[in-house]
Amino acid sequence: MTIFDKLSLYLQYPFVQYALIVGTLIALCSSLLGVTLVLKRFSFIGDGLSHVAFGAMCLAAVFNFTNDMPVVLLITIIAAVLLLRTGNNTKIKGDAAIAMISVSSLAFGYLLMNLFSTSSNLSGDVCSTLFGSTSILTLNQTEVWLCVVLSVLVVGAFIFFYNKIFAVTFDENFAKATGTKADLYNLIIAVIIAVIIVLAMNLVGSLLISALVIFPALSAMRVFKTFKGVTICSAVISVVCALLGMVISILAGTPVGSTIVAVDLAGFVLFSIIGMIK
Amino acid sequence: MALLTCQNLSLGYEGKIILPDLNFSVEPGSYLCIVGENGSGKSTLMKTLLGLMPPVSGQILTGDGLTQNQIGYLPQQTDAQKDFPASVWEIVLSGCQSRCGLRPFYNKTEKERARAAIERLHIGSLSGRCYRELSGGQQQRVLLARALCATKSLLLLDEPVTGLDPKASADFYQMIEELNREDKITIIMVSHDMQAALQYASHILHIGHSVFFGTKEEYQKSDAGRFFTPEGGDKR
Repeated sequence: MTIFDKLSLYLQYPFVQYALIVGTLIALCSSLLGVTLVLKRFSFIGDGLSHVAFGAMCLAAVFNFTNDMPVVLLITIIAAVLLLRTGNNTKIKGDAAIAMISVSSLAFGYLLMNLFSTSSNLSGDVCSTLFGSTSILTLNQTEVWLCVVLSVLVVGAFIFFYNKIFAVTFDENFAKATGTKADLYNLIIAVIIAVIIVLAMNLVGSLLISALVIFPALSAMRVFKTFKGVTICSAVISVVCALLGMVISILAGTPVGSTIVAVDLAGFVLFSIIGMIK
Repeated sequence: MALLTCQNLSLGYEGKIILPDLNFSVEPGSYLCIVGENGSGKSTLMKTLLGLMPPVSGQILTGDGLTQNQIGYLPQQTDAQKDFPASVWEIVLSGCQSRCGLRPFYNKTEKERARAAIERLHIGSLSGRCYRELSGGQQQRVLLARALCATKSLLLLDEPVTGLDPKASADFYQMIEELNREDKITIIMVSHDMQAALQYASHILHIGHSVFFGTKEEYQKSDAGRFFTPEGGDKR
C-alpha cells in the first residue's frame, strides 16, 4: 500500500493538483484535432508550431515580459494560419514550409537566448522549454485558470464546428463547391491548433507536442471506424494516458513530458494489437 | 431556360489561358459528357464550373432556379479518403453541410434527406459501415449519395469510374442513367471512357485542339468525333 500512501500524500499538495488538472485539460484538447491533422497530412504541424512558440518565448524572455503567454499565443496563431494557408497554392509546399519555419524559429530563439539572456542557467532554461520538464509543477493559480478558460473555449469551439470540421477534413473541394466556407473553417482549425500547442508546451515541452496531438488519434483509428467514435475514443485515450503518465512520473520521479509520451506509445501498441485481433 | 450557360469562357491558371473561348449550354434533363485528351483542360473546366477557381474571362450563368452552390459534385477520390475513419452515414450527411449555415448540427429535414439519398442508391444496408472498408463501387455510391444531398437538379462527375472493375463501372453508369431518366437530374460527366460517353450521353463537349459541342449524333459525324469514336478511328 506504500504506493497509494505516497500518492495520496502528493495529492494533498496544491501544485500536484494543479498539474493534474492542467494536464488532463491539455490532453483532452490536444487529442480533439489529432484526427483532422493526421488525415490532412499535417502530423508535423504540432512540431513546427511548438518551435515557433519556443522562438516566441525566447523573444518574450529577452524583452523581459512578465507574462509571455499573450505574445507567444499571438505569434503562434499567425504562424499556424500561414502554415495551413500554404496547403493549396504557394511555391513552398506544406511539409517543406513546416520544416523551414520550425527549424528557423528554433535556431532564432536559441540564438536570442544566448545573446541576450539574463539567466545564469541558460542550458537548463532551454532544456525545460524543449522537454517541459518542470514547468507543469510550478503553475500558479492564474495560469491554471487561464488554462481552464482556454480549454473550455477550445472544446466549445470544437463541438460547435464539429460537423464543419468533418466536412472540410473529409473533402475540402466538395465542401467548397457546395458553398461551405472551407477557408474560414481551415482558419478556425489553425487558430484552435495554435491555442492547443501553446497550452501543451507547459506539459510536455515543445519537442514532444506532436506525440500528444498524434498518438491518441492514431491509436483510436486502429480500433474505431466512425469519425465520432475515433474522436471520442482518442479524447479518452489521451486523458487516461496523460493521467497515468503524470502519476507514474510523480511516483518514480521521471520527467513528466517524456513519461506521458512513453505511456501514449504503450497505448498505441495496445490498440494496434486490439485492432489486429478484431 | 438552360440550367447552365457558358459564354465566351476562357480558362487557365494565373492569367495563362489553356482553353479559350468556350460556349455551351446545358438544358435541364440532359446528359453531357466532357471528353478530351489528357491535359486538354477537362479538370480545369470542372473546377471553374464548380466555382473552385475563377475563369480568366467570360462567364458562367446558372438558370432555372439553380445557384452555383447547388451543384452536386462527385470528385475523384483523394488518398486521404482511402483511410478515413468515417461511417457511410456521416459522409452522406456531410453533403447537407451547406444547408446548415452557421448552425452547428443537422436538423431533421437534413437527416431525412440523407436517408432518402441512401435509399435511392440502394446502400441502406451499408449505412453503419466504415467507408474505408467498402469496395470501390460502393464507395462511389456513397459519394454519389452525398452529392445528391447537395443538389436537386445538377450532378457533376469527375472521371467517376477510374479504378473500378468493369462490373462496378457498368453498375455505376446504370445508376447514373437511372438518376438522369427517372429523377430528371441533369448530368455533366468528365470522362475518358469514350464508349460509355457515346452509349449514355445526350450531348458531348469535346475540348482540346478542336472544340466541339452538340448532341451525340452530331458528334459522331463531326471531325473531332470521327477521330475518337470506334467507327471513325480506323480511317485515320
